Formats: sequence, C-alpha cells, structure tokens
Amino acid sequence: MDDKTGDRDGITRRGFLGMASLWALILSSLTLLAGMFRMSKADVYYEKSRRFKIGKPESFPVGTVKKLEEERVFIFADSEGIYAVSSVCTHLGCIVNAVDWGFQCPCHGSKFNRDGRVISGPAPRNLPWFKISRHVDGNLVVDAGREIKTGTKFRV
Amino acid sequence: MNRSGMDNFRENLKNIKGSFAASLLRTKRPLSGRSRAAVMLNNFFLHIQGVRTNINTLRPAYTFGLGLISLFLLFFTTISGILLMIYYNPSTGDAYNSVKDITYVVFAGSLMRNVHKWAGEGMIIFVMLHMARVFYTGSYSRPREFNWVVGIMLLTLTFVLNLSGYMLPWDQLSYWALVIVSNIIQSSKELTDALGITPYFDIGGMAKEFFLGGTVPGKATLIRVYFLHIMLLPILMFISLGVHFWRIRKDGGLSRPAGSVEKSVFSWPDLLRAETAVLMLCLAGVLVYSFYVDAPLREAANPLIPENPAKAPWYFLGLQEMVSYSAFMGGIVAPGLAILGLALIPYLDREDGHAGIWFSGRQGKITALQSLFAGAAVLAGLLAFVIRFGWFRNWWPDVPQILIIMVNPAGIWVAFVALWSLRVIRKTGSTRMGAIALFTLFLVGYVMLTYVGTELRGPNWEFYWLKSRWPLH
Repeated sequence: MDDKTGDRDGITRRGFLGMASLWALILSSLTLLAGMFRMSKADVYYEKSRRFKIGKPESFPVGTVKKLEEERVFIFADSEGIYAVSSVCTHLGCIVNAVDWGFQCPCHGSKFNRDGRVISGPAPRNLPWFKISRHVDGNLVVDAGREIKTGTKFRV
Repeated sequence: MNRSGMDNFRENLKNIKGSFAASLLRTKRPLSGRSRAAVMLNNFFLHIQGVRTNINTLRPAYTFGLGLISLFLLFFTTISGILLMIYYNPSTGDAYNSVKDITYVVFAGSLMRNVHKWAGEGMIIFVMLHMARVFYTGSYSRPREFNWVVGIMLLTLTFVLNLSGYMLPWDQLSYWALVIVSNIIQSSKELTDALGITPYFDIGGMAKEFFLGGTVPGKATLIRVYFLHIMLLPILMFISLGVHFWRIRKDGGLSRPAGSVEKSVFSWPDLLRAETAVLMLCLAGVLVYSFYVDAPLREAANPLIPENPAKAPWYFLGLQEMVSYSAFMGGIVAPGLAILGLALIPYLDREDGHAGIWFSGRQGKITALQSLFAGAAVLAGLLAFVIRFGWFRNWWPDVPQILIIMVNPAGIWVAFVALWSLRVIRKTGSTRMGAIALFTLFLVGYVMLTYVGTELRGPNWEFYWLKSRWPLH
C-alpha cells in the first residue's frame, strides 16, 4: 500500500492503528478476565477467629493432654510449660489422633512423634506449634495464625 | 364454484394433522432415497449426522457403541440432575437433609439420585473404554488429532464433574473430600516451602483460598462447588461435546481402514435404528442397576472427625494411593503429566496408515501385551517395596522434603512409563508402537493403583490383604 506519510519503518499508519487496536482489545480483555477472577476471591470469610482463649493457666496442670476439637489444637502441659500443637495433618488436612507414641493421621498414614515431628508417611512438614500468650483478664490465648519454633513452651 | 371462508376453515381444520407434520418435518415421509436424504438434512436434531453412513461405522465390533453410550449416560445425568435440583438445597445447614429428603421422602427421588450417580460413574467407565477403542484402532491419526485432544478434555471434565458431584450432599465423604482436594490444590506449597519462597509467593495457598472461598470448607465452598457442578462444568462439557461431534463429521466420519470398501447406506433408517437400540439398552441398564443398587450417603459432615479410612469413590483411589507418597507429585504432577502425555500422543506419533486397524496389526498386539506384563510387574514390585519397606521418611525422618517430591513411587512410575515408551520407539523404529506402549502403561497404572487403593488399603491407609482383617474399633 503506498502511503506517503507512513511506511518509514516498514509499517503503514493504517497497519499501526490496526495493531494498536488489536492489542488494546487483547489487553483490556485480559484485564477484564483478571477482574473476574479477583471478584471470585472472597474478601470476607465466614470463619471463626484463629485467636481464641483456652482458659486460666490453673486449668492446665502438669500432665494435661487436651484435644480442642473445634479449634483443631492439642494443648499439653508438662514441667517446662504449656504448649499448643496443631491437630491438622500437614499432608492433606485430616485431623490426627493422639496415640501413646505421638500422633497418627487416619487418611494417608502420616505419623508424628510427641513433639509433632514427622516420623513416617507423606506429611511434608512437622505439626506446627502455636503461639500462646496471656490476656489481661488472665486467660491464656492461642493464636493459630502464628507458628512458633517446635519446643517453645509457655512458662506460667 | 364459490367457496366461503367457512369452507376454507373446515378444510384447514380437517387437514391440520398433515399440514402441521409437513411444517414440522419440512419433508415428505422418508421412503425414497431422496426423502431419506432430505429428512436427515432438514431436521435440526438429525443434521449433525451424515445423510449416508459407511457400513464400517455400523459394525458393532468396531465401535461397540462406546461413545454413544457415554453420550446417552450424559443425557441421563442431565435429566436426573435437573430433577434433583428441584429439591436439593446448597447450604451447609440444609444440603444433607435435602439429600435425605430426596432419598427417603420424594416420590421416585431415590431412583433419580441413583440414576444420576450411576450414570455419572458409568460415564467414567465408558468414556475411558471409548478412549481405549479410539486409541487402539489408531483413530487419533491425521486429520483427527485435535478431536483426540477434545476427547481428553471431555475425559477430564467427566472426572471433575463426578468429583464436584459427590461434594454436594455434605456428608462425611463430601466434607473430607473438600479438605483433601483443597490441600492437593495447595500442595505446590511443598515445593515453595522446600525452596523457602512460600512467604513471598504462596501460589498454592492462594489457589486453595480461591477454591474454598475461605481457609476451611464452609458455606462459601458449597456454593462454589454447586455452581461448578450445575453451571460452569456442564457448559464446558456441552460446548466441548458439540465441537467433538462437529469434528467427527468434518474429519471425515468415523475412522476406517484405508482401502476398505467404500460402501455406505442411508442413515435413515439404518444408523438411527442402531442408535435407538443402544439408547434402549443403555436406559434399561441404568434403570435396572439403579433400581437394585442405592447411591451411598454417609453420615452428616463432621468437621471434627475424619472417617478412617477416608476413602474417595473408587475412580479416585489410584490417585489417592499416589497422593499417599507425595501430595504434590501424586496429586498434581503425575496426573498433569498423564493428561499432557495423552493429549500429545497424536502430535508425537504422526504415522499414517494405521487408522481403523485394531492395534495396527500383529506388532502392536505384541507391544501392548509386552507393555502390559512389564508394566504390571514393575508396578507390582514398586508397590510391594513401598508397602514392605516404606520410603525415605521411614528410614531417615529428617530427609529434606524436596528429595521426596523428586524421588517417590509415583514419580518413578511416571519415569518408567516414559522410558519404556522411548525404548519401544527405539527398538521398533515406530512411534505408533511407542504410543501403544505409553497408553497401555497408562491403563495398567490406572487399574492397578485403583485396585490397591480400593481393596488393599485399610484404616490409617495401612496395607491389608482382606477387608475382613481390618481392626474393629
């Protein structure tokens, strides 16, 4: 096409405008698609807070083994302190059972020792330990959103 | 003669049957060759099929009607599904009870639920058999490559539709399936954790929250799964199916051996008669099976206690077995590679002249048998080893997870399948033989892993020869 004003770099004005509109269409469609996906990701969850009170320290004497089913944690107390271990298997999310040598997952056979360390099975990580702190009203608070190093116990 | 308006009216009234039929069918009675052609061309529902049908297409032992059976089963699930939607309530509080109502209170509700369940599961069997027929008769070769890819999409949709279906009753199966599936979706975290980049780029966690509409399965999740099951996935299914059928016609009808006699008959009535026969057999089969066998419904969902063992329906137990080695490898990478490998077959094997011949002749039969025995032996050995001796984590509890992701039974099996197929290509000098090896090993893997997951795994996913040996508790 002979176009006197364009064709300096091998592209005509008409060709340039055509390509520009095509890319505008593609980019705007992609943006729309991204927006649709973003809309499907919920901003608010209908879920309980992952921080919860578990009661006064006196209710956890040395030797306590308590399974908080709703909260999905085990609370243990020994001479070194109180600690909270997740009861959710790190493999695919089943609830583990406490047995005398540690924890056993019923779904795919993962096994953890008493500290929640993986000893066999497909679980990729140890059972997380959660942060325990004391609220101003004296109750202990477990924050299941905050993992701490295995072995960190809360001293009363 | 002077006819009055009333005469015309009476005349029209008398002829209404003939004139309505003519307007509806747009053609005369299909008795002559010309009108038989016209009836196929002029009818919306018949025109997706050709006017004439090659006699090879009508040979029962060529197709076994497997694709058609899959289609009819899909129709049955659609009709029964629409009926179930009248009563089903997709909210976590009511879903379980509404399914119980359907099962125990609604007239014919139990039968409709059974039809829906068994026709859906039947689709898995017949879609896979159809795929095997198409594969072993070499029907994916030019110009049908893309239709094979569409078929793989339809197979995947069949699995995902079944999966989303059993998540709806909100019983123990539904709930724990959601937990497990959402964690498989999240399982790329294994990899990002091993690389130490999860805090910056947690794509697994994002995908899981996107799917669940939260961090644990709940009411947002049930609505999402319901929407997938009744809206998005069926739309994709029917669009893909439309393309699948359109391509059959455009690619020259059903495959047949090159050089076979080009003899065809009018589709009306021969093809339609055969199709109607398959439809009736199919309907009878599903109804009788659904009359005697009830679709399972477990206890109401209990987020506190998983079942032990928590087993998916049988068609996913092979996957569950692989997931029990590594969630990421067994749940994402291995099935992803299987789907990709299957889809690429027609592009990696471009040999012509095989279409329409079972196993492409004698060499193909030998290759298939060799692959069957070798694959079964290797996989049985691999499984026996894992069951007897365990894997890395049992020997060295502190082994880095990345090593288990890289080297585990699922990965070893995938590698064996790939290497064996390449070896067959080198030995025979034929990519078609390599494809036969690959596909046969895919079937061997699916069947054997499914068997182990279904029959040989008990509580805590431990090994038992017999279900009667499971510990009581």
